[in-house]
Amino acid sequence: MNDYLKLAALGVVTLFAALAANFARDLAYQVHALLIMALGFGLFIWVLRSTDEPKPIVDQNGYMDGVIRAGVIATGFWGVVGFTVGVYIAFQLAFPVLNLEWAQPYANFGRLRPLHTSAVIFAFGGNALIMSSFYIVQRTSGVRLWGGNLAWFVFWGYQLFIVLAATGYLLGVTQSKEYAEPEWYVDIWLTIVWVAFLAVFLGTIFTRKERHIYVANWFLLSFIITIAMLHIVNNLAVPVSIWGSKSVQLFSGVQDAMTQWWYGHNAVGFFLTAGFLGMMYYFVPKQAGRPVYSYKLSIVHFWALTFLYIWAGPHHLHYTALPDWASTLGMVFSIILWMPSWGGMINGLMTLQGAWDKLRTDPIIRMMVVSLAFYGMSTFEGPMMSIRAVNSLSHYTDWTIGHVHSGALGWNGMITFGALYFLTPRLWGRAQMYSMSAINWHFWLATIGIVLYASSMWVSGIMEGLMWREVDAQGFLVNSFADTVSAKFPMYVVRALGGVLYLAGGLIMVWNMWMTIRGGEKVTARVGIPAE
Amino acid sequence: METYTFLRQLADSWFLLAMTLFFIGVVVWAWRPGSRKMHDNTAMIPFRNETINRDNKSADSAGKANSDTKSEDAA
Repeated sequence: MNDYLKLAALGVVTLFAALAANFARDLAYQVHALLIMALGFGLFIWVLRSTDEPKPIVDQNGYMDGVIRAGVIATGFWGVVGFTVGVYIAFQLAFPVLNLEWAQPYANFGRLRPLHTSAVIFAFGGNALIMSSFYIVQRTSGVRLWGGNLAWFVFWGYQLFIVLAATGYLLGVTQSKEYAEPEWYVDIWLTIVWVAFLAVFLGTIFTRKERHIYVANWFLLSFIITIAMLHIVNNLAVPVSIWGSKSVQLFSGVQDAMTQWWYGHNAVGFFLTAGFLGMMYYFVPKQAGRPVYSYKLSIVHFWALTFLYIWAGPHHLHYTALPDWASTLGMVFSIILWMPSWGGMINGLMTLQGAWDKLRTDPIIRMMVVSLAFYGMSTFEGPMMSIRAVNSLSHYTDWTIGHVHSGALGWNGMITFGALYFLTPRLWGRAQMYSMSAINWHFWLATIGIVLYASSMWVSGIMEGLMWREVDAQGFLVNSFADTVSAKFPMYVVRALGGVLYLAGGLIMVWNMWMTIRGGEKVTARVGIPAE
Repeated sequence: METYTFLRQLADSWFLLAMTLFFIGVVVWAWRPGSRKMHDNTAMIPFRNETINRDNKSADSAGKANSDTKSEDAA
């Protein structure tokens, strides 16, 4: 019966996509309609072939790890894709000739840049968050993932969202909101996937065997709920036509700008911070083999972060049409935010108390510690840059890009690498990663890469800010914009080289994961026995 | 009264007070007497349930994981 309903639904989807491909008003919409049509038709055949056949029986007694394995692979894959595009656009900035003439307009900087940001934040980071949410919530609740194959729908639905968004950017579709570029139909699809994600996560928490909800789940739950809220409000738009990708925003002017940066900063706060803190509160204690330093501090960390982050958005709009009181509010809350952030960092670092020797022997712990150090550094730098006077120098310069990357490469990247190295041997039943020295190589390549990146962007950003505001005795500006661009050239080359190092580390990791999964003897020890 | 003015006044008076009190309440609650045992127990959750444990009905059986069940077979 269920299969007949599925067949009917897939038939309708395929038919609608065929109509959409026919009536499409723009190329991207047409490509997407054809993609959906092909997918719908393929799924239709697949369901049809298994209809009225005996269903394979799934062992409901164990944890649902298949979808997490898929998530680990997807995280590694999208990571390398995102880093590669990042390195390429970094070289495009240094050498504009790389905006290849024959590949116009598809491969110019303007279209590849959102591809890079979305690939690293939503594809790499998002897959890391979804797969570790599924892993953590099962292990800290003591039950199998709720909802059966709904978790697989979340995984594949999210991959489809990524493909639709990425191809859309290349074909020139964007609603011009930073980090929320996908158009209306992709947004609606993501909303459906996200609600399913929330259902799987909450369902598992509701059926838990442990009495208390471990703090990592609080962070992950706040990440899922807040992202749902932000995504819906920031993407309120009316499509011009159901057969086209263009839509018109509901808000306009300064309201639209404020909504966008309320979204934008909370994407940092709840996607890149709360979500990854959920990972930190599980993987760091696990890898160190000790419980978190202070559970009370983690509770205060959670509530303080949740209460403060939501107000910090206006600091993106200093010296704009936004009222002064609003930008002051954003600035004040950003500065207060420094405290809980460092509380969380200290909590993570002090978890190693009594196990500091592991820093010398365990490259995975070292990665996690460096990630916490970068978390601390960028959560100090951020509040400082949100101060209006500092912002007048730093805004619109490369300093902002450096800040974002020390957070993203250092904190999000390193903690994700740590999690991948933690999960890969466990999920595939291996004793440990294929090569420990490769993890060491990855660690140093990534760390040196970030240092090159961040320091070159500091120099470039502050230089640029100072050059823009330099006036002569008569009060005329001394430098033209092009002067600053040519002055930045050496820093751009160093930044791109930093990116090359970081990408090389990522490639080593993927090779190491591949060898761990494919090669080596199968060891059941890690999967079958309870915790030590 | 205009909706904006009303919300604006509510936001920086009663609602601000309510949220501040809630936050202070959370901190006080976290440090309430007798919470240490519960927190120590909760902090150990990651070290239990390495496998699904049919006997483990409550968190109080700390560390007494059972090894007769297995996680989903590695592919």
